[in-house]
Amino acid sequence: MDFSFTEEQTLLAESVQRYLDDRYSFEARKQWLKAMGDGAAHSPTVWNELAGLGVLALLVPEKDGGLGGGAFETLVVAQALGGHMVVEPFISSAVVATRAIAMLGTPEQRAQWLPAMAEGKAIVVPVLGGTAASTDAAVTATVTNDGWRLNGKARAVYHAPAAQAFVVAARVAAGEGTADTLFLVSANGAGVQQTRYITVDSQSAADLAFNNMEVAASARLGDGDSSTAIAALADLALFTLCAEALGSMEQAVALTVDYTRNRQQFGMPLARFQVLQHRMVDMQTHVEQARSLVYLAASLIDTGDSEAQAQGSTSRTQAVAAMQVLVLEAARYVSQQAVQLHGGMGVTDEMAISHHFKRLLATGLRCGTAAQHLDRYAGLTAA
Amino acid sequence: MDLNYSASELDFQARVRAFLAEHLTADMAARTLGGGPASVADIRAWQGLLHAHGWGAIHWPVEFGGLAATPVEQHLFQLECALAGAPQQVAFGVKMLAPVLMRYGSREHQQYFLPRILSGEHWWCQGYSEPGSGSDLASLKTQAVRDGEHYVVNGQKCWNTLGQHADWIFCLVRTDTSAKAQRGISMLLFNMKTPGITVKPTRLLDGTYEVNEIFFTDVRVPVANLVGEENQGWTYAKYLLGHERAGIAGVGASKRDLLDLKTVASVEQRQGRPLAEDPEFGRRIARVEIDLLALEYTNLRVLSAKDAASITMQASILKIRGSEIRQAIAELTMEALGAGALRFDDQGAEHARGVTAAYMNLRKLSIYGGSNEIQKNIISQSLVGV
Repeated sequence: MDFSFTEEQTLLAESVQRYLDDRYSFEARKQWLKAMGDGAAHSPTVWNELAGLGVLALLVPEKDGGLGGGAFETLVVAQALGGHMVVEPFISSAVVATRAIAMLGTPEQRAQWLPAMAEGKAIVVPVLGGTAASTDAAVTATVTNDGWRLNGKARAVYHAPAAQAFVVAARVAAGEGTADTLFLVSANGAGVQQTRYITVDSQSAADLAFNNMEVAASARLGDGDSSTAIAALADLALFTLCAEALGSMEQAVALTVDYTRNRQQFGMPLARFQVLQHRMVDMQTHVEQARSLVYLAASLIDTGDSEAQAQGSTSRTQAVAAMQVLVLEAARYVSQQAVQLHGGMGVTDEMAISHHFKRLLATGLRCGTAAQHLDRYAGLTAA
Repeated sequence: MDLNYSASELDFQARVRAFLAEHLTADMAARTLGGGPASVADIRAWQGLLHAHGWGAIHWPVEFGGLAATPVEQHLFQLECALAGAPQQVAFGVKMLAPVLMRYGSREHQQYFLPRILSGEHWWCQGYSEPGSGSDLASLKTQAVRDGEHYVVNGQKCWNTLGQHADWIFCLVRTDTSAKAQRGISMLLFNMKTPGITVKPTRLLDGTYEVNEIFFTDVRVPVANLVGEENQGWTYAKYLLGHERAGIAGVGASKRDLLDLKTVASVEQRQGRPLAEDPEFGRRIARVEIDLLALEYTNLRVLSAKDAASITMQASILKIRGSEIRQAIAELTMEALGAGALRFDDQGAEHARGVTAAYMNLRKLSIYGGSNEIQKNIISQSLVGV
């Protein structure tokens, strides 16, 4: 049992942290967002700088020219990005789409996309359907003479407006039953329509409509039924969102402690009041319990779901479901109480705390409800 | 990070399991798992058995007869013992007083007391709380006045756990009434058979007798039984309370209780089906199971931590969540019985026995050892720091 980060992981976390402190303070973030409000889908400057730090090459395998990192590297980076409420497509492109192409791509697909994604020159966004958090509508694929035809809708696909390509999960009628498969398609091709908007947490997103989108046979990512891979990608997305939320919650607690120490009422700092002290302790307790399950999920996220179960211990899917329940509850509690303890200032747009509130709100909506994940866990554990 | 047990930790776990399989009798396990007050004879016999096979105090240094077990090994030991139904070791000697004697006790104290704690010959109890000094322990008034080679002790203690069975007591007494609260306190060790001691068991809400009032009338304690220096007792008491972190979360006990809950839910019927198949109740079980999973890994994080700095705060978090989770499991188990929880003798259905009593008894968890509100004050000192 060892809960320490390696020296490399610590250095990585520190370098990302230093960069964000320097370039992505709350004030600087306002400027990046302002530019986005003018029609940009994200900030190419920040994205290139993240590429320069190696962050976008993290999950690219070494044989494809990347750093070959794993769950704990992803965790420390996501945590730092969450703490600064970065709106770049790290999770979408550098984590989930990168993993999809690395896991299932042909040599041609890997060569075409992975180096470009690692260098920040290409952005690919996953559209995982009902299995992931981003959408509740399924896409279907039917065979044509020389490829496939996609139909269906996807809601609130984060960073879609910035993408050159999508990794789309689609249901295929195959013989008697169905199979799920992934397609790597152009984000701007004929047959896909984007309705673009800015989300409640200031990120760019779009609702997608696939209307008889014709894709070549070579656009398929992986052979046969890819449901297992899709489930693994969905768990990876949920895990990384939770790691980000952990960073945001840590900041929310720190900002609240700081605020109550400085704000004077009745001739003393608010932090002297025991009722507020205990509230902050409860917030921190939520964070610590959530952190433990984020670590547990990290240790299992790269395993096949059957591996852990065979050893009689917690499976990846169970760990992810359990993590979701605690992180989503913690996110609600911490964000609401952080605003509460900031008093009137908490409901202004002026302070960072209300932006953490919105970030954590959006994380919850993207992941689904704690109740859904509780059912997922309960269904899995009923012996 | 590696959240798997290491090869040597797994090997340790296997040795604990083998020991339990060989030496914990089915009778003893059944009595422990059956709920209700622990059997005094079992507790004594079990400490003797543990000692005979080298497991008497696994966290002690080897020089004093321990195994120098790591915190993670201690966790595994407690987990396996709890799941197997081993009687719980009385913590006052092996886990609380012993570390104080190793650090602050005289050579004579160490040589005389430690082997007897290890073998179970001496059952220790603790004399801390008083009627006017609960959470505010430092206000304690029991007085010890020097008279030649003795201290003469007068006063009253309460919430003394299992002292009616104890051979010895370690006791906080006031030796300087002029000093500020914490400064005038000393720690004395004395035999419970010393003249002038009256033990009056307190009947608890579940009908059991776990704690006592103890009255001291001119109890003469040899000066040689003073721990460390006079008026330094508060330092030792704090060391004692802060020392034990392996068991504070009670993960093993909660895991065992969760298994009991699942058994009860599978036996109890609602509308012709086991309660366990009711989705609403299933969700409540799953919810507490997730809390327990997080607690277990928070516990392991704290146990594996190499820096001591963050541990004070984390230990209090473990105490709060550990008590709340175990109480929640007990509450769910009782609710699973429905009206069956009303029967309060030991003749009801086997799966229902002791459930309501346990629910009531475990309310103590969030009160003793520094109430959960006091724990929040401790966490706040690290977190908020004003």
